[in-house]
Order: sequence, then C-alpha cells, then structure tokens
Amino acid sequence: MKALFASSILIAVLSKLKTSLKDLLPIILVIAFFQIVVLQQPLPNLAEVIFGGLLVVVGLMLFVQGLEMGLFPIGEEMANALARKGSVLWLLVFAFLLGFSTTIAEPALIAVSAEAGEIAAQGNLIAHGEASLQSYALGLRLSVAFSVGVAILIGVLRILRGWPIHYLIIGGYGMVMLMTLIAPREIIGIAYDAGGVTTSTVTVPLVAALGVGLATVIKGRSPMVDGFGLIALASLLPMIFVMGYGLVVLD
Amino acid sequence: MTFLSEFGLVFLGTIRDVLPIVLLIVSFQLVVLRQPIPNLRRLIIGGVYVIAGLALFLIGLEKALFPVGKIMAAQLSDPEFLAGDGTVDLTSWTTYGWIYLFAALIGFSTTIAEPSLLAVALKVKEVSRGAISPWGLRITVAIGVAVGIALGAFRIVTGTPLYLYILAGYIVVIVQTFVAPRDIIALAYDSGGVTTSTVTVPLVAALGLGLSQAVPGRNPLLDGFGLIAFASLFPIIAVMGYAQITQWLAFRRVEKRLKGDNR
Repeated sequence: MKALFASSILIAVLSKLKTSLKDLLPIILVIAFFQIVVLQQPLPNLAEVIFGGLLVVVGLMLFVQGLEMGLFPIGEEMANALARKGSVLWLLVFAFLLGFSTTIAEPALIAVSAEAGEIAAQGNLIAHGEASLQSYALGLRLSVAFSVGVAILIGVLRILRGWPIHYLIIGGYGMVMLMTLIAPREIIGIAYDAGGVTTSTVTVPLVAALGVGLATVIKGRSPMVDGFGLIALASLLPMIFVMGYGLVVLD
Repeated sequence: MTFLSEFGLVFLGTIRDVLPIVLLIVSFQLVVLRQPIPNLRRLIIGGVYVIAGLALFLIGLEKALFPVGKIMAAQLSDPEFLAGDGTVDLTSWTTYGWIYLFAALIGFSTTIAEPSLLAVALKVKEVSRGAISPWGLRITVAIGVAVGIALGAFRIVTGTPLYLYILAGYIVVIVQTFVAPRDIIALAYDSGGVTTSTVTVPLVAALGLGLSQAVPGRNPLLDGFGLIAFASLFPIIAVMGYAQITQWLAFRRVEKRLKGDNR
C-alpha cells in the first residue's frame, strides 16, 4: 500500500517534470543549432550547463506548483476579502502598496537605474561624482515604483467602475508619444525599457489573481473583459513617469 | 561547498524580493481585514514552493543559460565572425542575417520558458474555461516577441530612431483595438508586460549591447537599449491578430454553412 502511494507520487512528479522540460526544450534546440551549425564551436563547461539546465527544470516545476497552491489563492482571497469589506479606500491603498512595494525592491530595476545613472553622467547631464549618481538612480527607482503603484490603483479603479481598458491604454500611448517629443534623448531608451522590467515573476501572478478575483466578485463585471489589464497599465505608466523624471532632473 | 553558499545567497535574495508582499498581505489581514486567512497551511507550503522554485530557477539560469547566451551573442556579433573572408561590408544590414535569426529564435524560446507568461496563461485557461489554451497563448506571444526582437536587432544595425518603430507599433495596436474581439483586448495588452522578465531580459540585453558595439557608428549607451520595448509591443499585436484570424475563420465557416443551407 505504502509502495503504491510512493509510486503514484513519483509518477505525478515525473509527469510535472516532463511538462517543465517541454518548456525548456525550445531554448535547448536553439542553442544546439547555433553551436553546431553556425558557430561550430563546442560549448565551454558543458557539464555545468547541463546541471544548470536541470535546476531550471526543477525550479520551474516547483514554481508552477507554488503558483496554484499559494500565489493564485492568496491573490483571489485578498480580492474577495477587500471587496466584502466594501471599503473602496482600503482596496485602493492595498493596490497602490502592492505595486509600489514589489517594484522598489526589484533587482532588474536596480540594475537598470544604476546603468541609467552612468549614461547620464557620461553625457554630462548630471553632476559627476558618486553622490549625484546615486541620488539620480534612486530618484529613477522611486519614480518607477510610484508609477507602478499608481498604475495598479488606476487599474483596480477601472475594474470597480467598469471603464473600458482601451481608452486608458490609448490615452497612455498618446502621453508616451507626447513625452517622447519633449523628453531628453538620453532618457527615452531607458524609459521604454523601464516599462518592461517592472513586472516581476512574483508580482504578475498576484496581480492577475487580484484583477480576475475582483472582476469575478463585483456584479456586472466579466473576468475576461475586466479582470486583465492591470499588468498592461503597470508596464505603460513607468514609461511616462521616467520621461517626466528625465524632463525635470536633466536639462 | 561553493554551490551551497551560492544557493543560500540566491535563496535569501528571493526571500528579500518576496518579503514586501508577505508583509503587505499579513499587515492587511491583521490591521484592515482582521480575520484569519483560510487554508493558511496550504498557502505557506505554496509560498515555500514559489521561493524555492524561483531560487533554483535563477541559479540554473546563471549557471547554464546566461553564460551560454551571452557568449553566443558575443560570438555572433564578433566582427571577425561577421567579416568571414573579409569581403563583407559591416555597415550593410544584410551582413547580419544570422543575428536576426538568433534574435528571433532566442526571443521565441526564452518567452516559452518565461514563468510570468506561464502564470498568466494558466489564469486565462481558468477564466476562459479552457477556450484559450495555455500553449496557444504562449506560442502566439512567443511569435510576437520573436518578430519584435528581430526587428529591434535590425533597428540597431540600421540606426533608425527607436520612436519611429514604437509610434508605428502603437498605431497598429490602436487600429487593432477597434476591430479585434472585445474579450481578448485586456489580455492582449497584458501579454506585452509579462514577456519580458527573468529569462528574456538578460539575454536580450546582452544581444543589444554586443550588437551596438559591433556595428560601426553605433553607441552602446544610446542604441543598446530599446530591444525590451520591442519585445513588449509586438506580443500585443500578435495576440490581437491571432484572435482576429480565429474570429474571421469562424465567421467564414458559418457563412459557408449558411450558403450550403440555402442551396
């Protein structure tokens, strides 16, 4: 009986591993093709690469398991509990803090803003020296985190009110194009990329579960039409805020 | 031993990333909602899975994918490799054929492995009650990223301004928004934001940097950026386009059947 139980667990784990392996297969094929056909060079440290690949597969499997057990349920539960409480103010405070707190510590953002600081210093746009570089990078991080907080807040308000998402997005695009015309050239590439790096792997499932959860609980909203869109706003608003930051700080 | 300490460091780093979220949720439960969390045990186990899974995933990427990807990006954009027998022109965009192919394929394959996209795809399957399959969405988004990164590489080679491409992309998105099925629009917008995180960004950034160093007349500090913006824009077009095509095909089937009935 015990052996049967153990073997059924083993089969379940193996089938999940197989799914994760399938996710990684395209990368393996691309790398193999370029190494063998185009570059015609052996891979350095092949053993280490294979070991790393195995870690990626196991990690992806655990992550997906954790998504369904932890992140999705807690996102939905928070949406339900806050909607039941009926306080719009607390819901909006939660939305803002969720966006702000997950973004300010995001490693990709820290890396990008440090790099942006160096570009600005090289272009003589900010004063030279460690202090001005760091305050510039910190300002950039704060404006991105603030903008993601505002984005989730607006997105939640949209679900509550039932505003169509495309007016917000198209309006945002208009703002981006307008800011592109007047913002300093050095900040534009960074601003466009900042939109992409803000949404981390832990934030996305939580925010998706929150949006879908809210759209399910609130009467008259459809989870498909109204539940999504939070991540889109969280990618759009940082572009506008970073260009705004560049406009104010650089000249 | 070095592996264990490395793992410990990444593990702590992942915990630090998750900490603000945990603090936020716990303080809201205690101060604002004042009620116990249901299924707490299961949630905690799930949280541990997420942290351990992400840590292993990141270490694996650092060990396997990033070094290989960065070496390959550097090798492919190496002027010596590009020059071949020495007769090619480094300023002509046609010299960089392998780069465009590599950009497209690495964009496609890293997007398939992107955990954020996987999470959204699972959520979409649940919400659409299986009508939108996770693999269908992931492949569509990955094709969008592939086209975007390849076009972004072409932009770096030719040196045309980034905003022209973004402007054109925005116009296409706006036009599609008014003709695509309403159900898909919010999801399409979201799929732009989820493509670029853990796996895609470091590899694509390495490609942009290598390429802007290799092409004469490009400044890595100015031209190296912008690939991620392409990878966020084109999946939106791809997802709406896919929905439009399926809608059109379904419409045509119905039309055919109606014609058949009339006969």
